[in-house]
Amino acid sequence: MAERSFAREVEALRLGAGAQFEGEAILAVTKGLLQAGVSYIGGYQGAPVSHLMDVLSDARDILTELGVYFEASASEAGAAAMLSASINYPLRGAVTWKSTVGTNVASDALANLASSGVTGGALMIVGEDYGEGASIMQERTHAFAMKSQVWLLDPRPDSTAIVDMVERGFELSETSSTPVMLMLRIRACHMRGTFVAKNNVSPKFTIQQALKSPRRSASRIILPPATYAQEQEKIVDRWPAAVRYIVEHQLNEIHSGAAAGIGIVMQGGLYNTVLRALNLLGLADVFGASKIPLYILNVTYPLVPEEFSRFAEGKKALLIVEEGQPEFIEQTVNQFLRQAGSQTQIVGKGPLPMAGEYTGAVVSVGIKSFLTQWAPQELLSDAQAAPLGSAPAVLQPIQQLKAKVPPRPPGLCTGCPERPFFASMKLVQRELGEVHVSADIGCHSFATLAPFHMGSSIMGYGLGSASAAALSSGRGGERSVSLMGDGGFWHNGLTSGIANSVFNQHDSVTVIIDNGYSAATGGQYIPSSRVDLKNGKGRNSIERAVRGVGVEWVRTVRTYNMKQCMAALREALTAVYKGPKVIIAEGECQLNRHRRLAPVLQRMAKEGKRVVRQRFGIDPDVCTGDHSCIRLSGCPSLTLKSNPDPLRRDPVAHVDNSCVGCGVCGEIAHAAVLCPSFYRADIIANPTAFDRIKLQIRSAVIGFLQRRFERRLARHKMRSVA
Amino acid sequence: MTSVRPISLAIAALGGQGGGVVSDWLVEVARRSDFLAQATSVPGVAQRTGATIYYLEFFPRVALPADGRRPIFALMPNPGDVDIVVASEAIEAGRVLERGLVTQRTTFIASSHRVYTIAEKSHLGDGRADPAPIVALARSRSKRFIELDLQAVADSQGSVISAAMLGAICGSNALPFLRQAYLDAIRAGGIAVDSSIRAFERARSIVLTERADPQSGMAVASLDGLPARLAERIRRVVPSRAQEIACSGVSRLLDYQDLSYAELYLDRLEAIINCDSAVSGDYMLTETFARGLALWMSFEDTIRVADLKIRASRTQRVLRDARVGAGEIAQITEFMKPRIQELCGTMPAGLGGWFLKSSAPKRWLSYVAGDRKISTSTVSGFLQLYCLASLRGFRHKTLRYQQEQLRIGEWLTLLRTLAPVHYALALEVACCQELLKGYGDTHERGASRFAIILAKARDWAQEPEAATWVNALRKAALADEHGKEFTEALAVRAEARDSLSSSGACSLH
Repeated sequence: MAERSFAREVEALRLGAGAQFEGEAILAVTKGLLQAGVSYIGGYQGAPVSHLMDVLSDARDILTELGVYFEASASEAGAAAMLSASINYPLRGAVTWKSTVGTNVASDALANLASSGVTGGALMIVGEDYGEGASIMQERTHAFAMKSQVWLLDPRPDSTAIVDMVERGFELSETSSTPVMLMLRIRACHMRGTFVAKNNVSPKFTIQQALKSPRRSASRIILPPATYAQEQEKIVDRWPAAVRYIVEHQLNEIHSGAAAGIGIVMQGGLYNTVLRALNLLGLADVFGASKIPLYILNVTYPLVPEEFSRFAEGKKALLIVEEGQPEFIEQTVNQFLRQAGSQTQIVGKGPLPMAGEYTGAVVSVGIKSFLTQWAPQELLSDAQAAPLGSAPAVLQPIQQLKAKVPPRPPGLCTGCPERPFFASMKLVQRELGEVHVSADIGCHSFATLAPFHMGSSIMGYGLGSASAAALSSGRGGERSVSLMGDGGFWHNGLTSGIANSVFNQHDSVTVIIDNGYSAATGGQYIPSSRVDLKNGKGRNSIERAVRGVGVEWVRTVRTYNMKQCMAALREALTAVYKGPKVIIAEGECQLNRHRRLAPVLQRMAKEGKRVVRQRFGIDPDVCTGDHSCIRLSGCPSLTLKSNPDPLRRDPVAHVDNSCVGCGVCGEIAHAAVLCPSFYRADIIANPTAFDRIKLQIRSAVIGFLQRRFERRLARHKMRSVA
Repeated sequence: MTSVRPISLAIAALGGQGGGVVSDWLVEVARRSDFLAQATSVPGVAQRTGATIYYLEFFPRVALPADGRRPIFALMPNPGDVDIVVASEAIEAGRVLERGLVTQRTTFIASSHRVYTIAEKSHLGDGRADPAPIVALARSRSKRFIELDLQAVADSQGSVISAAMLGAICGSNALPFLRQAYLDAIRAGGIAVDSSIRAFERARSIVLTERADPQSGMAVASLDGLPARLAERIRRVVPSRAQEIACSGVSRLLDYQDLSYAELYLDRLEAIINCDSAVSGDYMLTETFARGLALWMSFEDTIRVADLKIRASRTQRVLRDARVGAGEIAQITEFMKPRIQELCGTMPAGLGGWFLKSSAPKRWLSYVAGDRKISTSTVSGFLQLYCLASLRGFRHKTLRYQQEQLRIGEWLTLLRTLAPVHYALALEVACCQELLKGYGDTHERGASRFAIILAKARDWAQEPEAATWVNALRKAALADEHGKEFTEALAVRAEARDSLSSSGACSLH
């Protein structure tokens, strides 16, 4: 059960020819796959394409009806390897992942797939995690396309164009026997738009047919001498075939414009941004009519030399709008045109920045600067008159606010089970001294930020333990701690980290954070999810896996039990035992837990059943406003409010109404011996008769004592001699 | 080439505030109003409590060209090209301003409530950012600035902020959609329809009438509520600028101990007033001291904590804060973990001191100390705290009381010595009381830094720059928990003194 349910939206996948489809681009891609007669789909979740996996998972019924096989792959490498089904059989297959991190993981299989070549269309839908909102290092998928000679589609961010490109992508793949990547940027993935649907198509060739009459061809195997032949084939046959298809089907678009002597070339994904910039500069209308000729590369690899020559003809200069670096397209175009003897100037990085996202503001400034140098005078005066033409000041962010707006980094959610574990780690480090921490990818990455400030490096998904290898000799008695999530553990951490630490007998401490889901990507199930799956088997024990590869020292703790966590950490860091030590820290992701339990509890309360909910609070008159609790917790619901005490100026800590009652703040106050201002309220809805009688008796006694206390208080106030 | 352009709207929200829900509603509103709409967002990791932007564009179908072309919608807000900006929180309003999204064409709706960032919350004192300059800029930069507490609106209707945001958008009339279309969209969404509509309507009507809810103020003590003798004394002795604080101080100490303890407060205060009137005319020191002294004299011992936890007014407050509904029952559990120091502090001075110095009895006591989760809703739990609170009459005999009075005396003496010779320094030393807060280790850390600063101040009575130095030390003491900055600040001071004494001639310039 993922964070977001598409159960309602997936019904739109059944729409037939002519119907208007409305929804997120990710959903549109799924519809495109079904319209194209895909046979099998796989992938690994990760923003911005997590929703694609969620949609597919929620659409299992529809997929089954059409005879489409779907699985959530173990990793991106697994997903890429799955495409091998298209090498020998005319099966259309599609996989998806987050790029470039996922493409990194997939690239072993991907390179081999590209060398073998495919019979059925093989499509990889990659979410380009670049620019604002990205969570990874900033690189380009383009490089992977170039190194393995895989074609790269970068369609205009428009639902119709994207869906169309899914189908074209399969055809391109089949025509040129080459796998194809369809790249979607972050905003395009989450874009809500419309397109006209076609009927879904069952695969023409089925997986059952393939299994009934297995095929092989020695020429497709990745062994010499076939590999030499495959390389030749790529250059001699597949590449020209791809270029032919791109030209014939006009996958790239050339829009003419009145302006003489200049033109703009752009990646398809940047078309809307470029067009809006031109519109704001008074050089295009919002419907796409531009005064400057445009060449839109919906296919960014391979490029088509003839199309470039044609577009450049008679132009003094071309602006290449190419996001990210290195500027592969710009370099290639320069080479094309020089070889063709063209004198057209190629301008790109320079007016436009080499690195960083091409936002509307960046592109506007870049185009303006290009025009100033190259545009004919009458065009320039048009641009001067436009809203953005004469007022570059509006484009400048307000610098004076910089210091006044505190940053808002992401953090662990309210009630997150990982919080008490990191608080425990902080407290143990206070006792035993600081240790080196190798962090990993997942929600626990946020422990590197405030308030925990824990972790010196992040090397890749599931690589926390592996990245501590050089620091695990144990010589000198100091031990390092490495972290790993349950998602990363199953992705590769079991072998790259745990088995390796056994094999090399690391004197190491590895903590596996087991929250039951691939939580950071939206709460997808993983092998150890405690759930009975309809299409698989959950509840595969991490502890058994760890012991199975030979770890002898294993402790499983509940993260909410800070005492237990601290004891396990203390023991692991000080034990005489020299081999690898693994702590499995269990605590269910609060978001998923809430989604699982909230409807049940609501129903029970409505039915009149006794339901207890908990929430925490702070007595504002007991809190002195030192905020040590916040520095150990960082829970979003543990916040500040102005001090109700007229004598105190510092704000008091305060638990707001988003509290889910996980109890960590109380545990922290206890474990760190902080302060007595925390309390827990157990609120009983639909109390039983017994509850009520108990309450009456207690209220009578306590009420009597409270009144007596108030009277004494009044006396004290009047008493003059102590 | 036509000059029509889509209407653009950006929502700056925090992960978990439902920016996506607002965005979905608006797409539906547009569809029902015969507009084309496109919505995008960049959720990613920002979804986990970070800041994120949702962006929408709308285009009326009636304005579509006859040739079948559709508008090319932008995927992100362009500075200078956004018609409506909604910020779901006061500092996020600053962030969109900083990005240049708000210009003279923008209707800018911002919620005035705060969701504090982790840096603001982690501060040892008050690290809250000031939204005032943001509000001023928002007014001057935008076409129209609408500010209201959307979170309070949502809370008051038992709803979530997304519904209030939608109401404010509708109320601003900046979008060409009718109220009915919004209501239909909420109904079509089908989730929490009633409460969403209530919050929507409330926010809408506030924006339409531009009438904000009155803010509740802080209860300030006045002379009227005090015993006549004390009220009369404050009126007579305390300069007007410090009277309000003195009233709060006296009423706090009456609540803390008794009348004679409140009188002791006024005795101490009078000593400083006398000193102050001789030196300065504006009684700055008196005011600062009156505040600090009241807080210090009401130090949080176990008796005080128990006292605050058992009051009827406190039970009422918890029921209100925890939103305990009619027909529901609440049980309150306290998280107390007194250390051995706190236990000994509550003993008679001699006994407490002996325990702290002992070995075996101390070990036994630390075993007793342990975790205490006491339910004050049960008779036995309540009685434990009741008995502890009843030790109030015995407080002046406790170890902690005697220790604190001794330290207060030292502080007072130092202030009286410094005030005539170095008023600015005395003022800074008076301010240092703010380091004394928290419980357990936190309190000890503050107290030890306080003691170090006081010792330094004593030595620096002749230094003209001493007030600046103490100020720097105090700020460093509050800058981080582990005292790194404080240690560095001390080292800087020591170094400066060394270099000064080694080049003694220079100091004469």
